[in-house]
Amino acid sequence: MANPKIIVVGGGLAGLSAVIKIAEIGGSVDLFSIVPVKRSHSVCAQGGINAAKNLKGEGDSTAIHLDDTVYGGDFLANQTPVKNMCDAAPGIVDLLDRMGVPFNRTPEGLLDFRRFGGTLYNRTAFAGATTGQQLLYALDEQVRRFESEGKVKKYESWEFLSAVLDGKGICRGICAMNLRSMEVRTFPADAIIICTGGIGAIFGKSTNSVVCTGSAQSALYQQGAYYANGEFIQVHPTAIPGEDKLRLMSESARGEGGRVWVPKQKGDPRLPKSIPEGDRWYFLEEWYPKYGNLVPRDVATRAIHKVVYENELGIDGQPMVYLDLTHIDRKILDKKLEGILEIYQKFVGDDPRDVPMKIFPGMHYTMGGLWVDFNQQTNVPGVFAAGECEYQYHGANRLGANSLVSCIYGGFVAGPNAMKYAKSLSAPTSNGYFDAERKRQEEMNYGLMNNQGTENPFRLWRELGELMTRYCTVIRYSKTCREADAKIVELLERMKNVNLSDRTQWANTSVVFTRQLYNMMQLARVVAQGAAMRDESRGAHYKPDFPDRNDKNWLKTTKASFAPDADEPRFSFEPVDVSLVPPRPRRYDAVK
Amino acid sequence: MSVDTAAKAPTGTKSVLFKIKRQADPNSAAQWETFEIRWKPGMNVISSLMEIAANPVTTAGLTTSPITYDANCLEEVCGSCAMVINGKARMACSALVDQLEQPIRVEPLTKFPVVRDLAVDRSVIFENLKAVKAWVPVDGTYDLGPGPRIAPREQEEAYPVSRCISCCCCMEACPQFNEDTGFVGAAVIAQVGLFNSHPTGKALKHERLAALMGDGGIQECGYAQNCVEVCPKDIPLTRSISEVSRDVMVQAVTDLFRR
Repeated sequence: MANPKIIVVGGGLAGLSAVIKIAEIGGSVDLFSIVPVKRSHSVCAQGGINAAKNLKGEGDSTAIHLDDTVYGGDFLANQTPVKNMCDAAPGIVDLLDRMGVPFNRTPEGLLDFRRFGGTLYNRTAFAGATTGQQLLYALDEQVRRFESEGKVKKYESWEFLSAVLDGKGICRGICAMNLRSMEVRTFPADAIIICTGGIGAIFGKSTNSVVCTGSAQSALYQQGAYYANGEFIQVHPTAIPGEDKLRLMSESARGEGGRVWVPKQKGDPRLPKSIPEGDRWYFLEEWYPKYGNLVPRDVATRAIHKVVYENELGIDGQPMVYLDLTHIDRKILDKKLEGILEIYQKFVGDDPRDVPMKIFPGMHYTMGGLWVDFNQQTNVPGVFAAGECEYQYHGANRLGANSLVSCIYGGFVAGPNAMKYAKSLSAPTSNGYFDAERKRQEEMNYGLMNNQGTENPFRLWRELGELMTRYCTVIRYSKTCREADAKIVELLERMKNVNLSDRTQWANTSVVFTRQLYNMMQLARVVAQGAAMRDESRGAHYKPDFPDRNDKNWLKTTKASFAPDADEPRFSFEPVDVSLVPPRPRRYDAVK
Repeated sequence: MSVDTAAKAPTGTKSVLFKIKRQADPNSAAQWETFEIRWKPGMNVISSLMEIAANPVTTAGLTTSPITYDANCLEEVCGSCAMVINGKARMACSALVDQLEQPIRVEPLTKFPVVRDLAVDRSVIFENLKAVKAWVPVDGTYDLGPGPRIAPREQEEAYPVSRCISCCCCMEACPQFNEDTGFVGAAVIAQVGLFNSHPTGKALKHERLAALMGDGGIQECGYAQNCVEVCPKDIPLTRSISEVSRDVMVQAVTDLFRR
């Protein structure tokens, strides 16, 4: 193809990064997004972006960033791509700086850096506590510039339904649905890049945005793409429990000195501020003296679980602990954390500058995702992936502030590689696959619209979320994970009896949601079965019956593939690239 | 941000009453539907709409369709869920039910075409951001070293404006924002100020100011100051408008003499 056409699905940091690279090297790109891209979930990232620029005279280096990342990920990440990402990170932060991101500054006017979990270095560049928002806007602005030059065409309010595959299984485009007219249409492309983010909705309530359903990843998995390490789900230690979602309280709150504690006395009725130091238990600082409150997320999450459920020391007997900033100067808090303090204040009603916050762990991130090679290509020719929707960079646990850099780096790798692939692609022999795929999707819609059942999809979703949160998050048992899988099969069966209370052909959110829900359930089985199978504890995956990491049997990547006839996942495994940092025990209670 | 003056719902209240304005499509007439849902601590307007989707029955006992609305992050940072709630343009996710007078009246924004129910088309703001070239013209994305040094004070000036979430509440509340004037609105003007103050961004200052001259430009502002009242991010919009307005005027005069 002389002038390749690339389709990018998803307009968060990964998608926009891919678009920018393609436009810059002269490619033509169509960008598909459910929401206007400026409203993508990347906007929620708070604390910052990691880059070992060593501007604090600490002797930090990209090699130490690599070591922290693979150690934090409990040695499950392929090390070559992680090294490449860590090496690229300082240049990425410089680029964002040039694009006008209002990063916090030192008195000399240089970028300021703060500490984040899982490292002893000040490596995290930040723009207040709304770094993701600022990064997303910077890339959104550059894409808007390319759009005004005619190099990018946006399709907002379109949802990806599936890839169009030819007779040889090569991707030739996508099938998508307009979320207003409900029109189902196919779009030809020489390569596609999936940048569709997280899967939070599978767990009902999470820190993710509404669009983070994992539906696109699941659709591709059902079309033959491998889904890797699905069992690795990050539960963030500090979220604000809510009716509609769990709102993130950024790790930067601890990076700036926030301390986690509970009253030593069970059911202590005193207000937090009137509890003297001696009656408080700073359990993270006691258990992990070196890293203190900045242990990696999985470690902090399990510690909070233990204090609440085993020691029964949750505040007022509720599953909550204090995250305390009240000892820090208000002016510093406003300068560095205002965005997140405002969220707490608005949604809870208390001012965290005066009153310790009440927090509890919440589902936050999926380390697993579409399997990709080192060029960001999936096993389906012509389908690339970047960002949270793929599995490459974080192993068994992601370090804070590594997600933004992995999104941008992944997009920067995927864009040019998709172009390279597309240029060497030969034309398809037939166009019949487009009509066939469109009809398949239209029939699915027709079936849903005309189903005369009794099940409400939104209520089925609640059941799925409660099931997954209960059995497939912080603590896992093989038996209950298998039981959860069996219950998902029941839910899938009940899906056949669904009844949409909306049968109109205009902006029908029920049809859209029900389609997503089906895909969520298929992917939830990958998570549950993967968790049931992996008999060890590694990073975010913790089984009390197998409390240790088992490199002999489990230092390997899980790959799920969909078996259409059996309607369920099949699993295979592949070795992990450990060519740069030999695996060693991961212990945060001692110097690593 | 100010909240409704109504007292907190008394504890013991077991339900919440909603009146929601609905419209099937851009061309249909609007109608109101009333819903009564169970009170829960900490609930907000979006969690209530989710509750209705799970049980879409009106107080009259009629089964209806789930309500169509825009929402995404639910943390007041994506800018999706702007609606008119009890007469005021605001974000629905941060509209806590306990701070609202009942029945809670929820309507779509009135200055933008309705798509369906509470969802409206706000693409105009993104078109306007394009028109004023709201970006920093970088040479390319290859590694060119660090950006310009910026003093902490300059960062502290720019940061609040860079937090604009394009929710369009300022435009909804503005008496001058309508089809007759074609006014560009406060949010976009503030972005012009933001990019004009950036060391590299100011390369396009002349073009940005030129885009704000004439009909629909900054002259349409009537200084009603509603924008700054409703802004969920407390952006100093009126200050931005006066600064940019001054720059536009200076440039208009200079251009006149250069002609």
